[in-house]
Amino acid sequence: MDKTVNQKAWFLVLPVLVLVAFSAVIPLMTVVNYSVQDTFGNNQFFWAGLEWFDDMLSSERMWDALARQAAFSAIILAIEIPLGIFVALNMPKRGFWASLCLVLMSLPLLIPWNVVGTIWQIFGRVDIGLLGYALDKIGVSYNYTQDITAAWITVIVMDVWHWTSLVALLAYAGLQSIPDAYYQAAKIDQASRWAVFRYIELPKMAGVLMIAILLRFMDSFMIYTEPFVVTGGGPGNATTFLSIDLVKMALGQFDLGPAAAFSIMYFLVILLISWVFYTVMVNLDKREGN
Amino acid sequence: MEWMAWTLPTAIFFGVIACLLVTFTVLAIKFPETPRVGVLRIETTRGDRLFITLLGSAFINLAWLGFVGTNQPYAMIVCAIYAAAVFRWV
Repeated sequence: MDKTVNQKAWFLVLPVLVLVAFSAVIPLMTVVNYSVQDTFGNNQFFWAGLEWFDDMLSSERMWDALARQAAFSAIILAIEIPLGIFVALNMPKRGFWASLCLVLMSLPLLIPWNVVGTIWQIFGRVDIGLLGYALDKIGVSYNYTQDITAAWITVIVMDVWHWTSLVALLAYAGLQSIPDAYYQAAKIDQASRWAVFRYIELPKMAGVLMIAILLRFMDSFMIYTEPFVVTGGGPGNATTFLSIDLVKMALGQFDLGPAAAFSIMYFLVILLISWVFYTVMVNLDKREGN
Repeated sequence: MEWMAWTLPTAIFFGVIACLLVTFTVLAIKFPETPRVGVLRIETTRGDRLFITLLGSAFINLAWLGFVGTNQPYAMIVCAIYAAAVFRWV
């Protein structure tokens, strides 16, 4: 018997389409329009062609911000993913302690970005902050407002503190979905702890880990509030990441054209990397399905 | 619409993309297809290949602007060759 295909259900997607058009597509189109024009305010625009794109492509400022951004994302992924897996592997599987761990782990995720920034801004201060004061007393030179290394360490540790639990919770969910039979089979084969991790736990977690990597990558690649509150992009430009630079350019200097060209390139990079992640994720799912 | 600061070239640009989307939607309804696996070793439909073409074309144009710097319209020839390759082999 032939199945009748009814595509009318697509109409149910219309409200979402309208919402996305309103909140994303139309603003993005406006940005594209800005990127080829110059303005001195008063809603008057003058044609500039591809000048801003050309400027941005040869702008050291943008490439430096991109390099810092890529380094930041790479470092936090390299720390948060293994650490999250490690935490998930060592969390209690059931009972009171499991629930307590889950609640404690979710706490940092509930704190708004600017509050996290403020917490660390104060925590790291040498005069009144616990961390800064303690480090100073034991003789470690630490000042995130003047020292580039200290500033980087602070924003990285802050991000790890804020977001590792997300990775841990996702990995934990992946671990919980593995049936006991797998572990029993491994026990019969006298598999080592490493073999259990490598051949049972890791493959079963692969799907959620890809989601964790994608989420953490996206979030870290557009990070703004936390480093802005803690270091303000300094010392100098040492922690000026892409979005901080973009806001400085668009709102601080009101250079709408260059900022629009900048944000389109920023968007393209994010789109490319997200597409790669998404494709890998879908293919992983399909392979598991087979 | 004034606040969106439209220009003729950007209007044409979005018009072409909108036409492409409509065309591919109609094609997908009229001639349903099964996804195929190409050189990237991933399953793609016509829509996926269109996405890969458009995204790649954006990067080709930026690369042309950055490395060659003049005669931007010629970048579209490279894009057309790229598009043909994507639709044939990906």
